[in-house]
Amino acid sequence: MSTTELVLARGTAVLAQGDISAPHIEYGQLAPMLLVFGVAIAGVLVEAFVGRTWRYSVQVPLAFLGLIGAFAWTCVLAYTDKPFHVAAEGALAVDGPTLFLQGTILVLALISLLLIAERGTKAHFAPQAAALPGSEAEQETMAAGITQTEVFPLMMFAVGGMLAFPASNDLLTMFVALEILSLPLYLLCGLARRRRLLSQEAAVKYFLLGAFSSAFFLYGVALLYGYAGSVRLSVIADQLSKNAGSETLLLAGAALLSVGLLFKLGAVPFHMWKPDVYQGAPTPITALMASCTLVSAFGALLRVYYVAFENLRWDWRPVMWGVAILTMVAGAIIAITQTDVKRLLAYSSIAHAGFLLTGVIATSRDGLSSTLFYLAAYGFTTIGAFAVITMVRDAGGEAGHLSRWAGLGKRSPVVAGVFAFFLLAFAGIPLTSGFTGKFAVFKAAIESGATPLVVVGVLSSAIAAFFYVRVIVVMFFSEPEADGPTVVAGPATAAAVALGLTATVVLGVLPQPMLDLAGQAATQMFVR
Amino acid sequence: MEDFPWLSVLIALPLLGALIVGLLPRGGDELVKRVALGVSLVVAVVAGVMASQFDTGGARFQFDETYWWIKQFGVHWAVGVDGVALTLVLLSVVLVPLVILASWNDADRSGGVDVPARRSVKTYFVLILALESMMIGVFAATDVFLFYVFFEAMLIPVYFIIGSYGGAQRSYAAVKFLLYSLFGGLIMLVAVIWLYPLSAKPASEGGLGQGTFLFSELSKLNIDPTTAKWLFVGFFIAFAIKAPMVPVHTWLPDAAGQSPAGALVLIVGVLDKVGTYGMLRFCLELFPGAANWATPVVLTLAVISIIYGAVLAIGQVDLKRLVAYTSISHFGFIVLGIFAMTSQGQSGAALYMVNHGFSTGALFLIVGFMIVRRRSARVDAYGGVQKEAPRLAGMFLVAGLSGLSLPGLAPFVSEFLVLTGTFTRYKVPALIATTGIILAAIYILWMYQRTMGGPPTEKVKGMADLSTREVWAVGPIIALIVVMGFFPQPVLNVINPSVEQTLSRVDKKDPAPTGNVAEIGARP
Repeated sequence: MSTTELVLARGTAVLAQGDISAPHIEYGQLAPMLLVFGVAIAGVLVEAFVGRTWRYSVQVPLAFLGLIGAFAWTCVLAYTDKPFHVAAEGALAVDGPTLFLQGTILVLALISLLLIAERGTKAHFAPQAAALPGSEAEQETMAAGITQTEVFPLMMFAVGGMLAFPASNDLLTMFVALEILSLPLYLLCGLARRRRLLSQEAAVKYFLLGAFSSAFFLYGVALLYGYAGSVRLSVIADQLSKNAGSETLLLAGAALLSVGLLFKLGAVPFHMWKPDVYQGAPTPITALMASCTLVSAFGALLRVYYVAFENLRWDWRPVMWGVAILTMVAGAIIAITQTDVKRLLAYSSIAHAGFLLTGVIATSRDGLSSTLFYLAAYGFTTIGAFAVITMVRDAGGEAGHLSRWAGLGKRSPVVAGVFAFFLLAFAGIPLTSGFTGKFAVFKAAIESGATPLVVVGVLSSAIAAFFYVRVIVVMFFSEPEADGPTVVAGPATAAAVALGLTATVVLGVLPQPMLDLAGQAATQMFVR
Repeated sequence: MEDFPWLSVLIALPLLGALIVGLLPRGGDELVKRVALGVSLVVAVVAGVMASQFDTGGARFQFDETYWWIKQFGVHWAVGVDGVALTLVLLSVVLVPLVILASWNDADRSGGVDVPARRSVKTYFVLILALESMMIGVFAATDVFLFYVFFEAMLIPVYFIIGSYGGAQRSYAAVKFLLYSLFGGLIMLVAVIWLYPLSAKPASEGGLGQGTFLFSELSKLNIDPTTAKWLFVGFFIAFAIKAPMVPVHTWLPDAAGQSPAGALVLIVGVLDKVGTYGMLRFCLELFPGAANWATPVVLTLAVISIIYGAVLAIGQVDLKRLVAYTSISHFGFIVLGIFAMTSQGQSGAALYMVNHGFSTGALFLIVGFMIVRRRSARVDAYGGVQKEAPRLAGMFLVAGLSGLSLPGLAPFVSEFLVLTGTFTRYKVPALIATTGIILAAIYILWMYQRTMGGPPTEKVKGMADLSTREVWAVGPIIALIVVMGFFPQPVLNVINPSVEQTLSRVDKKDPAPTGNVAEIGARP
């Protein structure tokens, strides 16, 4: 009997015995994710079946309710029992860090949704994505006052992927989640209402580079499968502790996998896409990416390095040291030369990814909880900052160039003051959430003996402070231009700014409850 | 009144005042000023009442409060003052109302040269009051983390004051000030964080078994010498920038040249004292071994600061920059006194901090009045002022003479103590430092001669003398300088017990008065 026949015969036998049972899915524990995906699919149906005039008024509440429901369920899950198990046949992990990250992502997505939902003159999205920039079709749809509503299901799919990414307990699920979160984002990036060419360029760049990095990720997964015979993180960890298998496969696989993960968080040298994409994408989508995607990507990175590669840390830590140092220093230095506010925040986000990596390097319970706290703190501040950017407008849309912000402090002191506060939080001035977060990760890093890394961290903070301060100088100490930008604030945007501001103050002055929460989430570390 | 939270109230009051001032309706500038002055006077009175209950023979830290703030970080809201901190808190609360009075019109009028006049009066006084709250906080904090928070947060109001209300180069000066201080602060942050794992170590390894930032606990730490040296350097760099010492002093002349005179009193008079206060409190007591190790370098830098600051002061053509350079020289004396490690030297240094606040404060205020009148800070824009404005010139002379430590005026006592205190242990630095006094005579008297002496120049003719408001702003400081010149003992009684504590921590005893050179040299 040939091999093929043998396999076939066995297969038939198995089928005949009825041995393939339906996978066991813990619906209750996966409800937040499922709810978000369900809403996304419902959103697609709404696009198909609901009349154009009604779509917006159906999509927005649907999205809000979906996110709020998912968040409420996450809270219930976190409080009813202390979850620490795998679900869906081991494909997904439901543990403290997962729930903390999912809750954070959901809240941040809600705030981003406030920005995305602005419409009318304040709308951020092209009325018809398919219309060529500058074409008649575009002008017609503009004139007809059509509002884009496909963004809502797209966003919900992306958020669903972000929820699944840090929860994935095996590398294939992680890859699927990565793609679910990335693909809608590629599209969303290209939907800006103004400066459409720039936006489409951003989308193509993000797509090409993102696809490239996904390939790296997948190749890494394949090699690791070759090493451990499984894509399950815990099996890889077991194999490592047994010290068996081919080291070449392991190291090559780990390296390629890391490329895919580090790309998503924009760590140097995989950061090239960030400034272009952040600048070109519609600002609400930039806010979503800068907060939720970063949280999600760090969640996945933490899980991979703390679970699968825990016993490999003597190999990956030196590399990660290098990446963290490069990321902090390069992010801070290149930002100095930027003249566009969104690009500047993109580089600032790169530098912050570096600070976060110092927490990852700590590989301790404190490292985990401080990274979790930092992610939440940074997410709120960054959404608030991007929300302010959407408010400062010229005739041609947002006033992106820094010189246009001159004298904003005299024109609209409150908005400029709030933005200055966000910048000070990025710079890590005490009594802001940025300081608490930095203190937490640096403390974890010093405790684990990474003091030189922290010294580099504070030095690049000092460099970074220079460009944050420069923006404040432009806003407050320069004279306003005669035809300067105006501040247009829709109620939803104002609410987003207020929420970001509140979180930044509260997490800076009274961080205790949030630190407790992050600490509790990290007590048992990751489930295996 | 035993358990009254004096210090928390003192920190909260100006902040509350700032909030009230901020919420006042637009356009009521006069009301804003009155409320701000009222608040600062209330704060001064409360502080005065508190000080009257200070027991010089009592516990080291009094009026102390300790509550948990951030448990995960081992951080407390812990405040309390010893003698040195108390005098510095008093210095702050005395200077603030006078500064508000002196800069009554500075915010709505252009304070410097060719500056656009459209500025918010309200914001200026909000910032001053916020700054007062943080100044009190930074001296009162007995938790290192809390100290750091105030230390850094303090920069923000100053940054906005210089940047919004300063002269033509204001944004350059503001950014330079902020970046220098922030850089120092971040270096210190590493050292601050490092203290946590050290204190979390079990007692058998020199730790406390529990991570904490409480000063009283941390001073029990037994840190291994190498680590202690690193930590000392981390703290010292931040304080040296703040103080400021050569070679990290260059932000001060720029900040001084551009900042409004009133705020300058607070920056040089109080803020910079945080640097020297920090050296005395944290560098010496937390890392005594490392402090002894670093003493030669620090003394050298201090002596260089004294001479270099004084020489550069002689050459300045801008009055505010001139006074700023004299301060660099004076800070050299303070650091010299601290690191001489004798009770005289350190008492003198602690007293010097207060006296310097008054004498430099008076000088800056009067220079500010002159600038308001003549719209120029240049020395050669004046001449013969004493004929036109005798009261102004008289006050200026007294303030100036106190700057050169004339006997009978307050700074003389402290400078004398510092020099004798240093001489008993380190002869050569003390001798070189003494030439600083001669240089002081040159820069002060020459400045007086060029601006006040001689026949009035064309532009100075018709210059108005001090108004009643201005007299009330400077008069109290001049009075204090004279009174403390003759009766320094009450202040010294408050300072001395805490200086004794510091010295015992550093494990130094005063050299015997008759000690010969060989014996002193033999000391480790």
